[in-house]
Amino acid sequence: MSKRALLELKGLSTHYVSAQGTRVVRAVEDVSLRIEAGETLGIVGESGSGKSTLALTILRILPPAARIASGKMLFEGEDLLQKSDAEMRRVRGKRIAMILQDPMASLNPLFTIGDQVAEPIRVHEGAGRAGAWTRACDLLKAVRIPSPLTRLSQHPHEMSGGMRQRIVGAIGISCEPRLLIADEPTTSLDLTIQAQYLNLLRELQRAHGLALIFITHNLGIVAKMCDQLAVMYAGRVVESGPVRQIFRAPAHPYTKALLNSIPRMSDTRQRLTAIDGQPPDLASLPPGCSFAPRCTSAFDRCHEADPPETGYDGGRTVRCWLAASDAGSGHVDARSGAV
Amino acid sequence: MAMRSEAVPLTSRPDIIKGLEGFPLVPILILFGIAFVAIFANVLAPYDPEVGKLAARFRPPAWQVGGSGEYLLGTDHLGRDVLSRLIFGARVSMVVGLTAVIVAGVIGTALGIVSGYLGGWVDQVIMRITDTWLALPALTFAIFLTAVVGPSEMNIVIILGAVYWTRYARVIRGEVLSLKEREFVRLAIVAGCSKGTIMRRHILPNVLNSAIVLGTLMLGVVIVTEASLSFLGVGVPPPKPAWGLMLADGKKGLMVGYWWLTVLPGTCIMLMVLSANLLGDWLRVKLDPQLRQL
Repeated sequence: MSKRALLELKGLSTHYVSAQGTRVVRAVEDVSLRIEAGETLGIVGESGSGKSTLALTILRILPPAARIASGKMLFEGEDLLQKSDAEMRRVRGKRIAMILQDPMASLNPLFTIGDQVAEPIRVHEGAGRAGAWTRACDLLKAVRIPSPLTRLSQHPHEMSGGMRQRIVGAIGISCEPRLLIADEPTTSLDLTIQAQYLNLLRELQRAHGLALIFITHNLGIVAKMCDQLAVMYAGRVVESGPVRQIFRAPAHPYTKALLNSIPRMSDTRQRLTAIDGQPPDLASLPPGCSFAPRCTSAFDRCHEADPPETGYDGGRTVRCWLAASDAGSGHVDARSGAV
Repeated sequence: MAMRSEAVPLTSRPDIIKGLEGFPLVPILILFGIAFVAIFANVLAPYDPEVGKLAARFRPPAWQVGGSGEYLLGTDHLGRDVLSRLIFGARVSMVVGLTAVIVAGVIGTALGIVSGYLGGWVDQVIMRITDTWLALPALTFAIFLTAVVGPSEMNIVIILGAVYWTRYARVIRGEVLSLKEREFVRLAIVAGCSKGTIMRRHILPNVLNSAIVLGTLMLGVVIVTEASLSFLGVGVPPPKPAWGLMLADGKKGLMVGYWWLTVLPGTCIMLMVLSANLLGDWLRVKLDPQLRQL
C-alpha cells in the first residue's frame, strides 16, 4: 500500500428491501475495489448484476427502497458513508461526476445548452451567469463542439445525438471532478459515434488527470478503454485486476465464459457460445457460489460454501474455489485485496 | 411531366397558413375585446354605471319601440345605463377572474410541485387536504367563506383562489411524478443540485405549460362562480356593476318583458367563458410537449 487510492470500496453491500421488509434483494454484495487517480476501471457484467446500483451507491443517490447495508467508501481518505446529505451534495458534480445511461434524455428540453453546462459551475462555485457561460464555452470547445458560442444559446432539440452526448460529457467535467462515473454512456449511439465519444473521453481523462469508472457490458470497449477490470456477477465482483492479465488468462469460469462468448472473425464455429442457464434470483441466492449452477467446472464444495475473495497472480482477486486451491500455497486470505 | 405538375399543389400550401391552422381567432378577438373594454371603461362608458335617473327607468334598447339613442342598450330598474354597467362589469369579471386564476394557480402549482417531488409524508398530507377540499361543493364552500370574511372584490379573489387551487395541485402533482423520473432531473441530482434548486429550475419550467393551459380553462369556471356568487348576493357588493349581479337584479323584470336586463349580461358571461375555454383547448394541444417537440 504505497499510494493512497482515490476511491476505495471495502466490503460494500447495497440491498433493496421491499415495503414489508420481507424480500431483500442483494443487488451489491461485499464489493471491494480500488481506483487510483488517472486510472480507468471497467466494470462489466450482465444486466441485473449490480453495476448500476454500485454507481448509484458511490454517489449515494439510491432510490428510497435501497439500503447501504455495510462497508466503507473511502474517497480521498474520507468515508462517503459518514457524510451528511449536504456534504454529499458538494461532492456530487464537484468531485465525483457521473454520465447517465441515456445521455440523450439527460438534457432539459426547456433550457439552453449554456444554462445547463453552466449549472454545476454555478451550483458549486457560486459563479455568476456571465462567468459560468464563459467557462461553459471553453468546455464546449474542449468536447469539440463546433462554433461553441452559437451553440450555447441553442436548445437541446437543435443538436444531433452525438453532440448532445458530448454536451453531457462537458457537464460531467465542468467542475473538474477527480472521478467520473460513466454508466453505459454509449449504448444509445451508433458505432462510429461511439468510437469518437470514447476517444474524447480518453482525451479528457488525460487532459484533466481524471479517474474513470466505466460501466458497460461491452468487453470490446473495456479492452480499448480500461486499465483495471472488475467482473460482476449476481452483485459480487467475481474477478478483478489489470485488464491485460484478465484477458490473457481469465481465472474465474464466468470471466472465461464471457470472453468465450465474444464472436471473432476467425471463428469457424457455426453457433455463438452462450452461458447456459439464467443468473440467480438476487432475493434468494443459492447457498454456495452464486455462479455454481451455471458453472461447467463446479465441484461439490462450490454448492456448499461461498468462495472468499482470493488474491491471485499478482494484483488480481478472484472469487472461486478453483483459484483458491490453485493459489493454494498459503494466502487464501479472504478480502486480501492485494494490489 | 404531367405527374410532376400534379405533384406541386401538395407542397404549395404556405407554412404560415399551416401554422395558424386551428388558431382560435374569434375567441382571442372576443377576449381581447373584453380586455380592451375593461381597461378603457372610463372612456368608453357613456354614463356613470352606479348612478341612474329614476325618471328613465326600464327604457328598452334603442332598436325597440320606446327606446332611444340616448340609452343604446336600455336602462335598469334604477334608471342606470345597461351599456355602461356592462362595460364596467367587464372590468370586474376580468380583474376578479384573472387574479383569482393566478392566486389559485400559484398556490396549487407550488403545493403540487412540493407534494409530487418530495413525496412521502409531505405528499400524503397535501394530497389528503386536497381530497377533502375537492369533496366540498365549490359554490357552497365559497358562500361559506364569504359569510366568514364578508363580501368585497378583494375577498372574492381570495375565496376563489382558496376554493380552486386543488385542481392545480392535483394535475401538477401528476406531472411532477413523471417528470422527476426523467433523466435530466437525475442529471441535476448527480450534478449536486439541492431539492429546492431542482424544483425551481427543472421541475417548475416544465409544468408551467400545463399550469397555463389549466389556467385558461379555469378562467371560465372562475368567472361563472364569481357571477353565481354575485347573483346569490354574496359576491361583489352592489352598486358595483358585476355581470352576475346584473343578472340577479334583472331576473324580476324578465317575466314583464324587460329581457335586456338578463339576456345581455348573460350573453357577455357566456361569450367570455366560451372564449376562455376554446383558447384553453387550443393551448392544450399547442403546448403539449410531445406534439411540440416534433
